[in-house]
Amino acid sequence: MDGVELMKKKVFTGVNVFLFLLPALILFIGFLILPIITSGYYSFLDLNLRNLNDPKVFCGWDNYRYVFSDTLKLGKAIVNALILAGLSVFIQLPISLLLALVLGRGIKGERLFLSIFFVPVLISTIIIGQLFIKIYYPGDGILAQLLDSIHLAAPKGYVFNPSDAIQPVECTRALCFFKGKDHITLHQQIGIWLNNADAAAVAAGTKKFATEQYPVQWLGSKYLQLGCCFIPILWQYVGYHMLLLYAGVKSVPPELREAAKLDGATDGQINRYIVIPHIKSIIKICVIFAVTGSLKSFDLFFSMLNGQVGTAADVPGTLLYNQMFNANNYGTGSAIAVMLIVMCFAFALIISAIFKKED
Amino acid sequence: MDNNESINKIGLLPKILMYILLAFWTAVNIFPIYWMFTFSLKSNNELFGIGEPMNLIGLPRKWLWGNYAKAVQTGNLGGNFFNSILISAAAILIVLIASLMATYGMTRIEWRGSELMNRFFMLGLTIPLHASLIPVFLAMSKIGMTNMRMALIIPYAAFSLSMGILISAGFMEDIPKDLDEAAKIDGCGVWRTFITITVPLMKPAVSTVGIYTFLQCWNEFMFASVLYNSSKGKTLPVGVKDLFGQYTTDWGPIGAALVIATFPTLIIYVIFSKNIQESFIAGAVKG
Repeated sequence: MDGVELMKKKVFTGVNVFLFLLPALILFIGFLILPIITSGYYSFLDLNLRNLNDPKVFCGWDNYRYVFSDTLKLGKAIVNALILAGLSVFIQLPISLLLALVLGRGIKGERLFLSIFFVPVLISTIIIGQLFIKIYYPGDGILAQLLDSIHLAAPKGYVFNPSDAIQPVECTRALCFFKGKDHITLHQQIGIWLNNADAAAVAAGTKKFATEQYPVQWLGSKYLQLGCCFIPILWQYVGYHMLLLYAGVKSVPPELREAAKLDGATDGQINRYIVIPHIKSIIKICVIFAVTGSLKSFDLFFSMLNGQVGTAADVPGTLLYNQMFNANNYGTGSAIAVMLIVMCFAFALIISAIFKKED
Repeated sequence: MDNNESINKIGLLPKILMYILLAFWTAVNIFPIYWMFTFSLKSNNELFGIGEPMNLIGLPRKWLWGNYAKAVQTGNLGGNFFNSILISAAAILIVLIASLMATYGMTRIEWRGSELMNRFFMLGLTIPLHASLIPVFLAMSKIGMTNMRMALIIPYAAFSLSMGILISAGFMEDIPKDLDEAAKIDGCGVWRTFITITVPLMKPAVSTVGIYTFLQCWNEFMFASVLYNSSKGKTLPVGVKDLFGQYTTDWGPIGAALVIATFPTLIIYVIFSKNIQESFIAGAVKG
């Protein structure tokens, strides 16, 4: 009888647990896990708008070959995302860490500064993109006006037909400053000054811009657009990493700090030998978030480049969206999605391993 | 803090340098938002100095609130705003119900595998969400659910679920298990204990999870532009993005749309800054 009672109780508990978990399981499995597994399956199918209702054709690794081919250049997009990841880890995170250390040691107005520095994180990345389009606006935007006001660059460039060997003095000075050279070729000037379409037209000789005034196309030029997209992303998420690191800095026991102080340690030494080792696990998480976040980035690139692909600023996210929404090719889109998952998990594991090795 | 400061005396010069650094970073963070607000109230003539002195970054000479009316009318921002609110609210409700129940089921009822189940849910924190877009889109189109608000509400709820469980578990740990025991002795079943005892004590978790979910939903773009994007209705970020195409030359209404899409989050942040910061920290430190 005891056994039966126990059994009954077990079944009862089981039913209850199941019911408690049911809504979460339906959501999680139905809308996250299953779709992702399905993505893996789709990535091996020839699946597009035309054959959506037909029996699907298994096409092996064709989709993967296609996305890495010269038509789509996923490889280049991944490199772009990895450059962003590198900038995040080596420029954005150090700024965040510096701010967290400064705020975390306890200063006047600490909460206020913390709250202000976090504000950009809360704004939609699409909105930030639109805002930066205005900041970069050729000729009239803040950047062009700022450069003009400090006489670093002429806001209006002069662009020529390559056959006219005229040296535009004003813009050459600014460009040489950026490139660290005495002079740059006319071809480079055209590439920097013009947006991609116009530069191609000039090169082909179908269009002339003879001594015409033409403002720098910050987001249009293939030399500048990638860098111009990086800046807002790096700017927006400094506050995010700062907040996480700040929470870590605050969790350092005050006694440790005080003891070190009594032993005559400077602020720098305390940070170096006590605080940073203490928050290592949070630094690890920040590095993982920075790298996986860079790989996944989409909104800002899409917003700033107005959904164009085939630019110098392609990232895996924009290619995925383009394959799905414009090319209506769901097989190749899924192949990109699978590459994203694999890379995110791989980098998370690699970064964890690196941090473990250092211990 | 006072005690701390007496020990942590800083020299005057480093202190000045430190505040210069902080002031500079404050400016870098605030300026784009300030500029967005000011150019939303200006005309192109004022911004670019056509027929009047150029005023790109100063306060508007004349505050053109009409830009806001233009943005709202042209972009149907009122409707988009309402859609965004409704979708966020529904997703928050679903996340709260699902994550509170699941957390209770995993931490308050003893069973083998609860730990493993929890880890399974935590996978959702690292998976790139875009990876589910194509299958979800194809399935939704097949059953004709695209361009319905439901098409966004359910995936949004699924995306915030892992974080909801993570945050709820943290708060539920703080509720003494003795309460459950006492309720059990009084003859209260698990469901009644959950609803009458646990849930009312989870108010701080409810606000933290709710705000986190709100921010995720309010700002999301990729799924919104694929699953819910028609002339009948779209969310605010998608609407603002579309408006940009129509108004490339006139800056004021664009700025107005950007401000309209941003101010709800800023107001919520001013009220709940502590909860918001905690929700972001919880996700990272415990995940």
